[in-house]
Amino acid sequence: MNESEKLSNELSDIKQIMERSSRFISLSGLSGIAAGTCALIGTWFAADVIQRNKAAVRSLKRSITDVNLRSLSEIFGSRLFQIAILTLIAAMVSAFIFTYRRSKKANVPVWGTTARRLTINVLVPMITGGIFLMALIQNDIYGFIAPGCLIFYGLGVLNASKYTLPETRYLGYGEILLGLINLFFVGEGLYFWAAGFGVLHIVYGIFMWWKYERN
Amino acid sequence: MVMKNPIENLNKIFDSRIRLGIMSALMVNTSINFNDLKQLINVTDGNLASHIKALEESGYIKVQKGFIGRKTNTLYSATKAGEKSFRLHLDALEKMIRNL
Repeated sequence: MNESEKLSNELSDIKQIMERSSRFISLSGLSGIAAGTCALIGTWFAADVIQRNKAAVRSLKRSITDVNLRSLSEIFGSRLFQIAILTLIAAMVSAFIFTYRRSKKANVPVWGTTARRLTINVLVPMITGGIFLMALIQNDIYGFIAPGCLIFYGLGVLNASKYTLPETRYLGYGEILLGLINLFFVGEGLYFWAAGFGVLHIVYGIFMWWKYERN
Repeated sequence: MVMKNPIENLNKIFDSRIRLGIMSALMVNTSINFNDLKQLINVTDGNLASHIKALEESGYIKVQKGFIGRKTNTLYSATKAGEKSFRLHLDALEKMIRNL
């Protein structure tokens, strides 16, 4: 090994250690694809429930006028809530599996300092958003839930992108943009959810997988 | 005219892969514990400890002993002097590469 090779090896060592110690780089693109797929399946179920409930409400209105619509909407709401929770759990578990596999392969601890830092930075905006949206629900304002989820999630991703692969920030920008547009199309939230949590994750996942994990 | 030899600016203390690794990691983190450093640089306990000692003795890093529960958790961070010398060392390395 000649002098120049030795030097550039040294410099690339330094760069690699700086990067590995400050960013969680085993976030897998396949995780994005898996989470996006879960989101699409979830929205499909939710759309189905919404369709059926619309029909049920219409026929109820025709047959009996004194039906307790409030309790019906509560059942309907809780069914949607169940779907949302199940989708979230499925997305997180499947996303975790692929990232876990990748960090095992790279021999990096999946729950090290960098992963912790990433988690804290994604969670702060998301928990803030969660509490904010719960307050909206308590005041019976439902129209802003979908755009709110997208915006706060986007802010979380953008914030966390400093602690993982830098391209992740484009996912954050995309989610924020979709959420902002959704603010002016209240009632179409489900489509924006499918686009933001489904399609955008899948596109991001494919891109990241192509760029970093293909080989 | 004689060109200034950039090797003069290379710091002897950083002339080791492990010490370079330790300093690189400490430049981009406020502090790191022993196990994370070990994992990062891929060395044995004893080896890492002796290089840390050398850097500590030259005043380039500082050590902070603490506990998490009952387990010791020793944190390392770069001193101002350490950061400065490491930057100079990197500059010198860069210059050498350009001149080669």
